[in-house]
Amino acid sequence: MDFLRPASWEEALAAKAEHPTAVPIAGGTDVMVEINFDHRRPGHLMDLNRIGELSEWQVGPDSVRLGASVPYSAVMENLRTELPGLALASHTVASPQIRNRGGVGGNLGTASPAGDAHPALLAAGAEVEAASVRGTRMIPIDDFYTGVKRNALAPDELIRAVHIRKADGPQQYSKVGTRNAMVIAVCAFGLALHPGSRTVRTGIGSAAPTPVRAKEAEDFLNAALEEGGFWESGKIITPSVAKQFAQLAAGACNPIDDVRGTAAYRRHAVGIMARRTLGWTWEQYRGAGRTLEGAA
Amino acid sequence: MRVNFTVNGRKQEADDVWEGESLLYVLRERMGLPGSKNACEQGECGSCTVRLDGVPVCSCLVAAGQAEGREIVTVEGLADYARHRDDAHPGAGCAAGTCGTSLDAARRWQAGPADAQSAEAAELSPIQQAFIDAGAVQCGFCTPGLLVAADELLETRPSPSDQDIREALSGNLCRCTGYEKILDAVRLAAARQEEAVR
Repeated sequence: MDFLRPASWEEALAAKAEHPTAVPIAGGTDVMVEINFDHRRPGHLMDLNRIGELSEWQVGPDSVRLGASVPYSAVMENLRTELPGLALASHTVASPQIRNRGGVGGNLGTASPAGDAHPALLAAGAEVEAASVRGTRMIPIDDFYTGVKRNALAPDELIRAVHIRKADGPQQYSKVGTRNAMVIAVCAFGLALHPGSRTVRTGIGSAAPTPVRAKEAEDFLNAALEEGGFWESGKIITPSVAKQFAQLAAGACNPIDDVRGTAAYRRHAVGIMARRTLGWTWEQYRGAGRTLEGAA
Repeated sequence: MRVNFTVNGRKQEADDVWEGESLLYVLRERMGLPGSKNACEQGECGSCTVRLDGVPVCSCLVAAGQAEGREIVTVEGLADYARHRDDAHPGAGCAAGTCGTSLDAARRWQAGPADAQSAEAAELSPIQQAFIDAGAVQCGFCTPGLLVAADELLETRPSPSDQDIREALSGNLCRCTGYEKILDAVRLAAARQEEAVR
């Protein structure tokens, strides 16, 4: 095994072009587990920690450009206002030690359906900045996940940053697990209200081969909110509408039975989380005195 | 490959390091510092917690090469680190090389209660003393990781709430399930720290 230590982003891209099978390592919270257990023996391991810009973020007028290696702890501490959904999701990641190392770039690179960041990214709306020596392209988050632990990256590409739309309304994140820390999601749900465009976006984690949006549920809810004039009036969402939204969200799942939970449980839990996160965010939207930080 | 880094305030180098090796393995097997414990090797248990440039991390998930040029503090150097916390260079060692913890001293290190301290007995950091006083050590396997994590908590939050303590230690498992005494120890160390400030 060779250990590559690019000192700059250009060097990293050149190294990845020369060795397309090189495994990038930043926080190491996925890669090192695989190496420790001998599940993976890459020919080249490429350390990205020496590239300082990957640990930086910029807040723009419409979006936040989050460097691939910004640790979850930094997202939690610094971006609660701009990215409330992702900040809540980050807080549910493992433990302080893991949150100090792991980041969204690695979550995307691994592309596990159980990755905690995915539902929040799907709900907020995001683009992945992927680069290679051939150039840079922006991959919409909806097109990024292509299969179980598969993503849209080409072999010579690296994730440089994620551009996440700044919150224009309340966002929530909910995750089911056996305790509050050190849990791989049984399933998870992210929801973002976008009052600017009068739309609701969602993200489901760990209940399908890839992270997915509950598109039918979104379409139904968007139409119901529009027809009922809910965005203007800010009135309480009719229980039958919330119930139908929850059922459609559960229907968007395509889960499996595994050690963490059954498919039936996951479907049920996603429906519950959809209804709850809608309730929480809508109460925030109505200005009922709850803070954006909410309860995840 | 060779890895050059600072361990407990002293410059060290490790040779013949395999590229896929973890920082934990280097510390234990190449530096001879078995304080950081090897248990789950997947970041679940926190027994291998060390400070990497001041930040608590699971050393089993840091590739050895990623530690190149960086500062590591292990439980063996915790007493010295705590003593120099308010200096200009906690963890980095001083130019004269008089502070920090040498590998030799670290290997001979043995904990002893304060009242039985002889000339040779190693000095303890406040959190270590609190763990002894509160009876927070059972089999002791999880203790080093908990000490490093708890010490960092008391550094960043001098007066932690119970919620803060629980969250800060949420990545450290104690299979003896001695959590109540561990929480007591952190509360005790925090109270003593507050007392000292007053």
